[in-house]
Order: sequence, then structure tokens, then C-alpha cells
Amino acid sequence: MSDPVFDADALIAASAGLLRLDLSGADLAVVKIHLEAAERLARVALDFPLEDEAEPAPVFSP
Amino acid sequence: MTSALSTARAIASGETTARETIAATLARIEKHNPALGAFTAVTAERALAKAGAIDAARARGEPLGVLAGAPFAAKNLFDVKGLPTLAGSKINRARPPADADATLIERLEAAGAILVGALNMGEYAYDFTGQNAHDGPSRNPHDLGHMTGGSSGGSGAAVAGGLVPIALGSDTNGSIRVPASLCGLFGLKPTYGRLSRARSFPFVASFDHLGALARSAEDLALSYDAMQGRDVADPAQTLRAIEPTYPSLEGGVKGLRIAKLGGYFARGAEPCAFEAVERVARALGANTTVELPESDRARAAAYLITMAEGASLHLDRLREQMADFDPDVRDRLIAGAMLPGAWIVKAQKFRGWFREQAAELFRHVDVLLAPATPTRAPKLGQTTFTLDGKEMLVRPNMGIFTQPISFVGLPVVAAPLWTQGEGLPIGVQIIAPPWREDLCLRVARALEREGVATAPVAAGFA
Repeated sequence: MSDPVFDADALIAASAGLLRLDLSGADLAVVKIHLEAAERLARVALDFPLEDEAEPAPVFSP
Repeated sequence: MTSALSTARAIASGETTARETIAATLARIEKHNPALGAFTAVTAERALAKAGAIDAARARGEPLGVLAGAPFAAKNLFDVKGLPTLAGSKINRARPPADADATLIERLEAAGAILVGALNMGEYAYDFTGQNAHDGPSRNPHDLGHMTGGSSGGSGAAVAGGLVPIALGSDTNGSIRVPASLCGLFGLKPTYGRLSRARSFPFVASFDHLGALARSAEDLALSYDAMQGRDVADPAQTLRAIEPTYPSLEGGVKGLRIAKLGGYFARGAEPCAFEAVERVARALGANTTVELPESDRARAAAYLITMAEGASLHLDRLREQMADFDPDVRDRLIAGAMLPGAWIVKAQKFRGWFREQAAELFRHVDVLLAPATPTRAPKLGQTTFTLDGKEMLVRPNMGIFTQPISFVGLPVVAAPLWTQGEGLPIGVQIIAPPWREDLCLRVARALEREGVATAPVAAGFA
């Protein structure tokens, strides 16, 4: 089975209501560029095996 | 235009006074700030009052702080009593004036330094360019047609333009190290949790660090030491005791295991970035190259967490005041609000894994070297550049080499290098294990002493 295709326009349209954001003042073409960049980077960041027990680090101690 | 330390010594010896120093500083700011776009507010009255108090203390024979009478300025996301904390935005102009200074301003003033104003920055720190839609760009003192880098752009312009010897900045993904590289300055991003962030405007709580830029390793070490110390007002701050760096600053590099970072840090930039690392490595006798595994994923994870946390911080403002944002920031924040939560939690889990990789690497080396930026300063208004044959946006990609390092909170000094015939500098990151700022500063000082890294006031402002 092939991966579903990412449709940034659909995400923008669906998210606006969920987030209660009136996007009439935004440049949706630029929002789309940033979402597509994020999606590319998410493939890089997330395509990596981690143990179920891996702890997130929101309050971080280096 | 001397260093903070020289200024403090001249005042202590009676060669000059704090009032004369501050009056000269204010005059330089008035003369040069229109060209540099560094300051958004000048705190002349309080600076002169503080200078008068230092001169009076000296006249009474009281001991003076190590930075007594030396001027400094702070990025305008630091609270300054009596000013609204802008964080580079239009929206924050409606905030009430801060009722107290940020902790780090208090600490520098306790050491005798004198705040002379607040500095321009990219809106809400979501920026690597130093450009600002509301206040205009900060300009690179070495070539006014070029960027300072950001988001601590005014900090870079103020120090490289010789307006102050020390400026405070913040660094979430590279916002001290990028302007240090582009403006030819020493910049310190301490370990995550080392310096208090109390009473500064946040961006990404997971990665926000505060630090300073200066024209000498000595000023950087002295100011950093003065700012250390426990502050319960920052919940992410370390419980560690103060660990002064100035006493070991002249310790040299003998015995230190120093290596270049290869892999991710050796590709995707202009040759000048790698040449700078080579020159530093040769000067330090660093012959080995090591890898920090999966650094591309670290950068990507930092990018996603930044988008999401930044969006979360500003979501209500996006709902209510979208038209008041800088458009370049607005659309990135909107996109960040739409990212799946599952991505962000996994990115935070990856951060834990990557921290262990860095810890493992530091069992075998003491200091790592890497480029600070992929290019010298782009031109003002330039939106894209080509790296490794790929056209990319400047604004999000100036931090490709800084982002994986701050992702796991490692301390870094960016040190500036110059090439004969080139008008603009480029920086190298000197990276140490957590809590070893002393090593970053010692190596920077060794490079400075050898003349490999230097941070002069820009020729047009000398």
C-alpha cells in the first residue's frame, strides 16, 4: 500500500476551524510552503526507531 | 570603543569617569544608530544616574564591580524597567511598562555595568536575518547593505559598530551565534538552564537560552560569570553552583582533545564556512574528525518543536491580532499551529536519544568544532541562497549548523574569522559538554591570542 499523499491545502482548510483562526489575513501560499517544509522535515525527524520507553524531554536537563 | 574590562579599569584608576564614558557612549549611539538600526530605545537618564552613582562610590573609596562603568545593551525581549518589552513586535507595544529589569540585566548592573538601551530584533525571535517589519532592519556594520543575522540583530550591530562592548541576546536555535558569525563577534550561548531567563519574553521554552555577544573572549567570560547564579524565577534553571570561567581563561588548549565535526556539519554550505573551521582546527592542532550521529534529524526535530511551541505561544494573538504580525513570522506560526501533536512528542523523544549521542561523543573529545553559519552575511532583503546546488530560503536556513547543538543545550562560543580581501567575517562554533562553558571560552581566548579569531569594531565606525 502506498503512503497517502499530503495535501497542505486540505490541512489548512480543515485546521482553520479547529484552531478558530480566521485565515483571511494570512498568505496561504506561504503557509503552505512552511507546512510542506515541515512535512519534509518530519520525514527526516520521525523516520527513526525509538523504544516505547523513550522519554520525551519537555523540561530538559542536558 | 575599548573593551568593557579596559573601560572598567580606566574608571577604577581615575583615568576617566563613568559619566564621561556613558556620555561618550550616548553620543556615539545618537550619531551612528540611524545607520545601524541597532537600538529601539536608549535609557540615557538611568544610565547617567547609574554612572553618577559609580563615580560617587569611587570618590568615597568604595570597592567597584568588575565591570563598573562599562556600558551594555539588551535585546528588546529583556524586561527593562519602565519600557514595554517589545520582543521585536508591534503587538507588544501595548504591554504595560515592565516593573523590574530582567534578572540578567540586574546581575550585570550589580557588577557595575550600565544599561544604555534596548536593541532591535527579529519579531518574537523567530528569525535568522535581523530584519524587522516594524523597526526596520539592523544593518551589518561591516557592510550596511548586508544582514546582521538574527534574531539578536541589534545586538550584533551595536557591538560590531562599537556602540557598546557587550550586548545581551537570546538563542533558541542560533540567534546569538548567527549574528556573531555575520557581524564578526564572539558570542556565547551557555548550557541550557545555566543563565536565568526570568523577565525575558519567551519563544520556545524547550530551547530558549540567554547569553551575550562581545568583541573579546575576556569580556564574554567576565559578563557571563557576572550573570551566573541561582534564580528561582526561572523554573528550567540549573541547581548547579556558580562555576566561574574567567580564572581559567588563559589556560590554553594544551591537553584538550579537540575535533572537527564531520558528516552533516561538513556539507551543505559555502566553502568559506568549512575553510574557517579548517583554519581554527589547524591553529588548535585538531587533526581528527568525529560524527554526531543523526544530526540532520536533530535539526529537523528542533525545527518542528520550534514551529509548534512558537505557534502555541502566539495562538491567541494570531486569533485576535493577525494583521499586526510581521508577515514573515505570521505565516510560519500559522503553519506551526497545524502540526500534529504526535510529531512533536516524538521529536521530544528523539531529543532524549540525541542527547545520549552527544554525551557518548564527549567521552572521547573535550571540544568540537563546526561552522556557525553556512554563508557570510547575505544582502538585506535577500530571501534565498543556494547551498550544495539547492535553492533555499535564507530565513529558516541560516541556522542549519546551530540548530542541532542548541537542540540538546550544549554550550557554544561562536568565534569570528576573517579572510584577507573579504569585507565580511564568518564564525566557527566551539562546542563543549554541558556545563563546560569554561572550555568554549578558553579555546576562543586561545584563538584570539593567536590572532586567528578577532572581533574589531567595523572600519566605518572605528
